[in-house]
Amino acid sequence: MKELSLNILDIAQNSITAEADLVEITLDETDTELTLSIKDNGFGMSPEFLASVHDPFSTTRTTRKVGLGIPLLKLAAEQTGGGIELTSTQRSVDPENCGTEIRAFFHKDHLDFTPIGDVISTVTTLLQGFPEVDYVFIHRMRENGAEKTVALDTRDMRTILGDDVPLNDPSVLLWVRQMLEEQYAQ
Amino acid sequence: MKSLEELAKIRERMQNKVILREGQASTRVAVGMATCGIAAGARPVLNAFVEEVAKQNLGDKVTVSQTGCIGMCRFEPIVEVFEGDKERVTYVKVTPDMAREIVEKHLKGGKPIAEYTIGAAQK
Repeated sequence: MKELSLNILDIAQNSITAEADLVEITLDETDTELTLSIKDNGFGMSPEFLASVHDPFSTTRTTRKVGLGIPLLKLAAEQTGGGIELTSTQRSVDPENCGTEIRAFFHKDHLDFTPIGDVISTVTTLLQGFPEVDYVFIHRMRENGAEKTVALDTRDMRTILGDDVPLNDPSVLLWVRQMLEEQYAQ
Repeated sequence: MKSLEELAKIRERMQNKVILREGQASTRVAVGMATCGIAAGARPVLNAFVEEVAKQNLGDKVTVSQTGCIGMCRFEPIVEVFEGDKERVTYVKVTPDMAREIVEKHLKGGKPIAEYTIGAAQK
């Protein structure tokens, strides 16, 4: 993947496949480090699947026997000297608190750090394809002594839009893009 | 500064329109957005379709959706067009520029672009 934002898009789709109705994407950046978390309330993974999920030959897909989403994120993190952590609780075990969280750690000053890239497009792409799901997006930046947070919570948007207007209406997607661009520019 | 109040205005504007639109879309554009598609550049292709369909005011007729891997990863980004009872058209190795051209000529003009289809790629 050319940008981490594409890995994020790819992993977040796993959450939607797992029937999550809330996906939380958090980026936490300092001058030298990046922590990425993608957390959902989907049906979770069995301990067996969780143990095997780093392996590219482990997949839920049906068209072929190789799944590369998590291995690619793992590679992107490990090649900077970082790594990934996965935790998951199955719906069948705890229906109230089920879900999966994947956390990835990166050393930004490493030569092989993949740039975050166009994360706004990742958010709008998720809203476009899966408007029935809610998303929380938070990007914290603590760099050069300054602190900034970019945030979006589609639950707030839904309160106002009601059932009449889906999150993937073109005018809503444009509003989201401009709203996030403004926050990054501040 | 963008505010949530603007969403309320969008809702007001949309309320009448929504009722008209329901069940009317006859054409579906499906962009392959599995790992293989994303890595091959499907995200900008999808966005080009979404933007161009909105720009050309085809929103009532065309829906743009995201789909998984259809097992021909070497041809990604792959875009399938489903139009009523007609046979599905499969475009391969699609770029954002090709996407805009497909909206113009195929979705708006009604003529599929043969040289971008999988049939042409496999010759």
